Amino acid sequence: MDPVIFLTQILIPALWQGLIITLELVLLTAPFGLLLGVGIALGRQYGGRVLSSLCAGYIVFFKGCPLLLLLFMLYFGLPTIGIILPAFTASVIGFILCNAAYNSEYIRGAIKSIKDGQMTAAQALGMTKVQAIETIILPQALRRAIPGLSNEFIYLIKYSSLAYMITVVELSGAGKLVATKYFLYNETFLAVGIVYLALVTLTTFGVDRLEKRLAIPGMVQKSGR
Amino acid sequence: MTSEYILRIVDLHKNFGDREVLHGISFNVKKGETIVFIGPSGTGKSTLLRCINQLTEPDKGHVFIDDDEVTGCGYRISEYRQRIGMVFQNFNLFDHLTAVQNVEIAPIRVRKMKPAEARKKAMEELRRVGMQDWADHYPSELSGGQAQRVSIARSLAMDPEVILFDEPTSALDPELTREVLEVMKDLARSGMTMLVVTHEMGFARSVATEVVFMEGGQIVEQGPPAEIMKNPKHPRTREFIGKIAEH
Repeated sequence: MDPVIFLTQILIPALWQGLIITLELVLLTAPFGLLLGVGIALGRQYGGRVLSSLCAGYIVFFKGCPLLLLLFMLYFGLPTIGIILPAFTASVIGFILCNAAYNSEYIRGAIKSIKDGQMTAAQALGMTKVQAIETIILPQALRRAIPGLSNEFIYLIKYSSLAYMITVVELSGAGKLVATKYFLYNETFLAVGIVYLALVTLTTFGVDRLEKRLAIPGMVQKSGR
Repeated sequence: MTSEYILRIVDLHKNFGDREVLHGISFNVKKGETIVFIGPSGTGKSTLLRCINQLTEPDKGHVFIDDDEVTGCGYRISEYRQRIGMVFQNFNLFDHLTAVQNVEIAPIRVRKMKPAEARKKAMEELRRVGMQDWADHYPSELSGGQAQRVSIARSLAMDPEVILFDEPTSALDPELTREVLEVMKDLARSGMTMLVVTHEMGFARSVATEVVFMEGGQIVEQGPPAEIMKNPKHPRTREFIGKIAEH
């Protein structure tokens, strides 16, 4: 087949479709993964004995469970107890559960790195603990967690390819289908790789700009990565 | 019945493990008084201040502000803390906020004041401590003395009835100490009720209504500054005053 025709008529349209699915997976997962991560970090850090243990258990479970296994359980396992999820939904749920577990660890680390005096001063001014966490602790902790969280976001872009294992044709799945149909493995996977690289590079630039915009003199922002 | 005292401390006890830090402290404060606490380190002066606004919970005893009991009030403690300002040795300014944001944040979040109104109030308080030109600077861009003045403004913005100063100048060099003490003297003269833990005897001499000498978790002696400094009755007070006078 003519390489130009393969590229313009077959590869690019297929990867474009896949890319859209990948972006949907990632962009749906990230905000909920962040929110749940914040919730778990707060529960672990400030919750009572029970809540804190529950959050710790959550982290152990979802950090320990291979993501692929989790997706299999959500997609193939749940129907046996009557819960049928579309493959895309199952993927997003699995990613959120996993993403949140790791995010919460970065956020909790950041919370712990904030000096006690910040909370003390907020409470001395008459803030309740919840107000102090919202206004003083989280804005600082989230800034400090940006490097770790952005790492997780980059992992998410890459592990979103696991959705293909439960039939979601995202970027790498789309590549795989083209490659096997036309026996053009190297060309296709090289192209897929370039798209992932572009996504990750864009993310890195974006995070850099975000960090600069949120930077505050004297607050530690950079973590060597 | 309203008492003439704005703050009453009754028989406060506090243990940390086996160590008894406060051993039955009682005293009263009238509106507008400046009480200075002196004594060797580790004698419970800072713990006493922290027990007043319940940042540390006392084991026994009572704290009353305007006849309202602060001790054992449960979740309502945050309401009482609005009435009791506190200034810390390490300033504890909020690192992610500028000077003016540090001052306006509690009025906005706690008092639900409108942001524009809170900003105006915050600028007034900054002016009061001579920091209006530094409003848009972050804590890390301020000297220790400037940071402490902002933290005093932050406290003032909540219109507290009493302000607790926990060694406000101990982290500062002499020059910066002076600028903070000037602000505190102005405050004292303007009628603010203040409880101050400090080693600055000059400050005590010029504005304190009463000096309290504490040791071993107890009040050893208290009285007007001139009396305590020139004519201490208790031998331990005499020894302590003698020691800090040498410096």
